[in-house]
Amino acid sequence: MLSTALVGLIAVLGVSGSAQAQADLGVHGTLENQQDEPIAGAEITVTDASGSEIATATSGEDGTWQVPLEAEGTYTVTLDESTLPDGLLVRNGRPQLEVEVVDSDRTVLFPLDTQLAPGVTPQDPAEDPTGTTEEPAEEATPDTEADADAEADAAPELEGEGGATRAVSLLFSGLHFGLMIALAAVGLSMVFGTTGLTNFAHGDLVTFGGVMALLVNVIIGLPVWAAVIGAVVAGALFGWIQDWGLWGPLRRKGTGLITMMIISIGVAMLIRFATLFFVGGERRLYTQYVGQDPWDFGWLVITPKEVYTGLFALAVCIAVGLGLVYTRLGKATRAVADNPSLAESTGIDVNQVIRLVWTIGGALAALSGVFLSINDGVKFDMGQHLLLLVFASVVLGGLGTAFGAFVGSIIIGVFVQMSTLVISPELKYVGALAVLIVIMLTRPQGILGRRERIG
Amino acid sequence: MDWHFVFSQALTQAIGPTMLVYALGAIGLNLQFGYTGLLNFGQAAFAAAGAYGLALGVVAFDLPFWLSILIGLGAAMVLALLLGIPTLRLRADYLAIVTIAAAEIVRRLARSTVWAEWTGGSDGMRGFSETFFELSPFPKDATWSLGFVSMENGRLTVDLWLVDFQYSNRDLWIMTVGWILVAIFLVILRLLVHSPWGRILRGIREDEEALRSLGKNVFAYKMQALVIGGLIGAVAGFVFALSRANVQPDTFTTDLTFYFYVVLILGGAARLFGPLLGAAIFWFLYNLLSQTLNQAVRADLIPDAMLSTTQIGPLVFFLLGLGMVLLLIYRPQGILGNKRELMLDVR
Repeated sequence: MLSTALVGLIAVLGVSGSAQAQADLGVHGTLENQQDEPIAGAEITVTDASGSEIATATSGEDGTWQVPLEAEGTYTVTLDESTLPDGLLVRNGRPQLEVEVVDSDRTVLFPLDTQLAPGVTPQDPAEDPTGTTEEPAEEATPDTEADADAEADAAPELEGEGGATRAVSLLFSGLHFGLMIALAAVGLSMVFGTTGLTNFAHGDLVTFGGVMALLVNVIIGLPVWAAVIGAVVAGALFGWIQDWGLWGPLRRKGTGLITMMIISIGVAMLIRFATLFFVGGERRLYTQYVGQDPWDFGWLVITPKEVYTGLFALAVCIAVGLGLVYTRLGKATRAVADNPSLAESTGIDVNQVIRLVWTIGGALAALSGVFLSINDGVKFDMGQHLLLLVFASVVLGGLGTAFGAFVGSIIIGVFVQMSTLVISPELKYVGALAVLIVIMLTRPQGILGRRERIG
Repeated sequence: MDWHFVFSQALTQAIGPTMLVYALGAIGLNLQFGYTGLLNFGQAAFAAAGAYGLALGVVAFDLPFWLSILIGLGAAMVLALLLGIPTLRLRADYLAIVTIAAAEIVRRLARSTVWAEWTGGSDGMRGFSETFFELSPFPKDATWSLGFVSMENGRLTVDLWLVDFQYSNRDLWIMTVGWILVAIFLVILRLLVHSPWGRILRGIREDEEALRSLGKNVFAYKMQALVIGGLIGAVAGFVFALSRANVQPDTFTTDLTFYFYVVLILGGAARLFGPLLGAAIFWFLYNLLSQTLNQAVRADLIPDAMLSTTQIGPLVFFLLGLGMVLLLIYRPQGILGNKRELMLDVR
């Protein structure tokens, strides 16, 4: 995201730095958010190689800060993320930069955004190749070289070992993202399978989960693990209530599927605007696990929260899969998805099964919402954007099949993250949506779907 | 509270430029959804194609205004073909998913920084509307009054004592063109849907198989409906872009499409005047609610702790969304609609 803009910004600042202060030794920079508005009041601390603090600077009204230095050498510049305005963080996950200062005023920039750059896993500063060239204009600030976006777009010479590590990291973050999509997709696909409804509000059930966890964590003040449980319970309840109060009665009334589809868009809007009303438009973070030190395996750098949420999501998906295959209720669900009338005639209570599907779907979507929010924070439109990827996954896997949805999600998740190796990260969703359209052209029934469904 | 102001604003807007955008977008949708049963959830993308075609043509490529209009129409047509070819043979909900995805692709491409030097990224573009406003026959400095109608420095005021209507010079020209376009499209649509071609469209909506057994090329008819509806959507995009004198990618979200649906269903789908009536009522209610709430908050009738001014927008859209859901449940045919005409189903 914004990689070109960022590079441009650095070039400009570099030039102005060279014009301004050749003689003075020091570090300086400008803090700007993603709309290029200056950030005032953020604290930046500079420590020397031995770890002793030299000075703390606070960014001014125009976002600039500077720390004069007395000697050449290697310094660590740390941006205190907690002094940034709510919701902002350093996009490449590196609020701490090691800079080598050689007889000039050195520019240090922190790319700020409301979320971590997709696919970026924070890296160990020690590994970072620091620029040591003496000409400030060419002296790339360390963060550009580490910044995943810039690396992909502008620095092909960094391919090779760094590229491979990045690819592995992207693969893992893709798997993680895929599992998050899968949690939402399984529910969407099961609802479609049993009722035929394409639920456009499913993405907002994901937001709902994130918001409920925010309520438990930030308003009530319980730890995040309690918030996860709270959100899942609330999500399940919300799914149950939706089917009990809205979709069930509509089915009994014999409302057409297209009408129901449009109603679901209305429901999506209701949830989204209610969220906007209560939570506001900015990104909100939980109180725990916001900035986490990553594990560095050399070939892979990953944050513990990603590992744990990913494994948990995988376990849940496997449990749902086993439940569908081996339990009575699971078999009943598949029977209803296959042929509702036939299922009913064998004594299965179809409406009971559909209500269960809605409940589980709501719970899974909420879980996905919390896990995504632990990484990126809660925003009112997060589910809306996820929904399209969920659709892509569900269609890729085969509309109406739970297992297809899982497979499709993993593929789409990995594809979205890996595609940032070649295309600009801001266009990664476009790639996934284009895949959706290509599948429609070539194999509309998806990987695991059956031809007859598409009639 | 200044009820005179609230109602004047709401009524002024109810026949104003923005309402015309909704009306035009919904007229296009009416052909696709109301008459043919195509679930196009990407009408915002057609509007974006028109608006961006026009803006890119004038600003980025320095082309004449009218050629840029043609580019906008061409872009909408290409979009319709791209969407229609893969999905029109499939079941209705596939078209819905693909169009909603395509609309998102268009928006994300438009706000991407990759070609921001041409499209302006998320800031969009401006400076393409001069030619259009130069054509305006309304003099900018006219000052006269005639009974209850008066013009002051180009600003028209129609004072009906209970309420008054006020339009700026630019609004007047946009509205003149917009209402003429609405009238033209309504006439065209009327002729189309009462022709044999229109009857086939309605036949497709009711029973595709029956039409196929009569030897009709259902795919071709659906495609024609999609293209024509999309072109009308592009015209809505033109009016939208010109009335605001800028284009911004984030105004073309799925929400815009949904408001087109609200307008269409409120007025009555598959009814000629449904979109027009729906747009007027929708935009009247929107303005009435937001102005009332705004005034109430300012006059401290509603305490600040309960509702702040930034929350009014979401609250109004929440209420309109709720109204929409209730309307679909209890009166899916809308105000003018005929219930028998809208027994749509995909299975």
